[in-house]
Amino acid sequence: MAILFKTTKELEAQIDQFLDSISQGGMVFKAAVGNFLDDDWADFGQRRSQLDELEEKADDLRRIVETKLYTQTLIPEHRGDVLGLLESTDNVIDAMKDTLNQFDVEKPYIPEELKKAFIELTEVSVQAAEVLVSAIRAFFTDLPAVKDHLHKVYFFENEADRVGDNLRRQAFAMKMELSQKFHLRYFSMHIQNVSDEAEDVADRLAIYSIKRTI
Amino acid sequence: MLLIFLSSGLLLGWSLGANDAANVFGTAVGTRMLRFKTAAAIASVFVIIGAVSSGAGATHTLGKLGAVSALGGSFVVALSAGLTVFWMTRARLPVSTSQAIVGAIVGWNLFSGSPTDLEVFRKIVLTWVLCPVLAAVFAAVLFGLFRLFFNRVRLHLLKLDVITRVALITVGAFGSYSLGANNIANVMGVFVPAQPFSDLVVFDNISVSGTQQLFLIGGMAIAVGIFTYSKKVMETVGGSLMKLNPQAALVVVLSQAMVLFLFASKGLETWLHGHGLPAFPLVPVSSSQAVVGAVIGIGLLRGWRALKFRVLGEIAVGWISTPLAAGLLTFIALFVAQNVFSIPVK
Repeated sequence: MAILFKTTKELEAQIDQFLDSISQGGMVFKAAVGNFLDDDWADFGQRRSQLDELEEKADDLRRIVETKLYTQTLIPEHRGDVLGLLESTDNVIDAMKDTLNQFDVEKPYIPEELKKAFIELTEVSVQAAEVLVSAIRAFFTDLPAVKDHLHKVYFFENEADRVGDNLRRQAFAMKMELSQKFHLRYFSMHIQNVSDEAEDVADRLAIYSIKRTI
Repeated sequence: MLLIFLSSGLLLGWSLGANDAANVFGTAVGTRMLRFKTAAAIASVFVIIGAVSSGAGATHTLGKLGAVSALGGSFVVALSAGLTVFWMTRARLPVSTSQAIVGAIVGWNLFSGSPTDLEVFRKIVLTWVLCPVLAAVFAAVLFGLFRLFFNRVRLHLLKLDVITRVALITVGAFGSYSLGANNIANVMGVFVPAQPFSDLVVFDNISVSGTQQLFLIGGMAIAVGIFTYSKKVMETVGGSLMKLNPQAALVVVLSQAMVLFLFASKGLETWLHGHGLPAFPLVPVSSSQAVVGAVIGIGLLRGWRALKFRVLGEIAVGWISTPLAAGLLTFIALFVAQNVFSIPVK
């Protein structure tokens, strides 16, 4: 039996590592936004390159897993679903990386009164991604638990929408240049995009879970 | 001359391999869980083993229904059954070789003036009804147990895939064995009373009876059918008819194999009798109808809407129309063979 499971054990570990990268990416992203808001440029730079590495690692692992699933003709019934799941999950960490890059390039002016809202938005957005990772792990090993995680993804995505909307209302009510207001809107939506991507994956996962039910 | 007479039986064997092997390995191949060549090799080997080692039980029952005493008669009976299956399949009517051969034997009885044992006939008809019903019950119970087990054990998707593959191969081998054991009677049963082979002793101590040699030839014809024509059927079965996941498919194949085994195994019959339990009559049954029964059994667990009355009605119509058509055709064919071609048929 051990021989039979040799290949799958390695692949299981790689899928786990891929999901670890996404989860760590979320934590790094959250810390980096905090560094930016605190004007801590040294730490921000380090976090940014850390997230780049995690994103690259996730990409490599995704490709390895995809290739193995096809070359070893594993899980033929669910191969397409798993591939779709990994690719769309990769979009979540891509969204985090792009947002940090934009922070680094554009260095938006964030008024003191809005910093708390930006931190809150980042937290709920990243939480959606983190719960999503738990849902994906459950998809592989504990199918009935997927639902328990998915409803949390939707909750945090809604929260991100609410916090983001409040943030933008607050920004547009403030006295500053219209261009700055647009800039703040643009960045709030970028952070929110992380939870939107997580929601897209959750929608797929809900369908894939039904398909996987015996 | 012998080969010419056997040819109709071999054709039946080829058709059985081409169509019914898909009931065993169709989903595994159709869903690409297993390569066709691997499936075909396993199916062929186990069909032959099943036919040679356990084919006698169901054949004996057919023999009791009517013993075709001349090789020419056996040829005509098997040919008529084969043609009935061919025509009814082309006309898209539900058909089973098991039911066609029974009709053909009764046709021979009528032509030759031999009496038909009504008790045996009643038993055979009863098994036709029992076959899909039992398959449905087995499938529902097994599926329930599988679902309970897999929900409790919580295997990784990849591990579940490996286990399912191994199980599909194992159950497929069992299914092929049961198919050979149960359905060789359809292919070679009518040739047994008139078969000319004498017993052989191989490796000094293994005795192979004439009937077993006949079954070996029939089993090989089934294997040829599997290799030459079942690929398309398997892909169709896997892709369309049974939109089941591999675990549900496994239950379907296992239920079907168990039903065919119940109606074929002499060992099981002896064991049940030995323990004072009622045994199942050893009769060739339709593997396709067992599959339909098993799929319905699984569907019933998900609600009564799964009960397809049209499919059930078609099967029931087949129980009457197939033996009637085969019997009538056999009667006419025997008349023609005897009076036009002067072939001794009784």
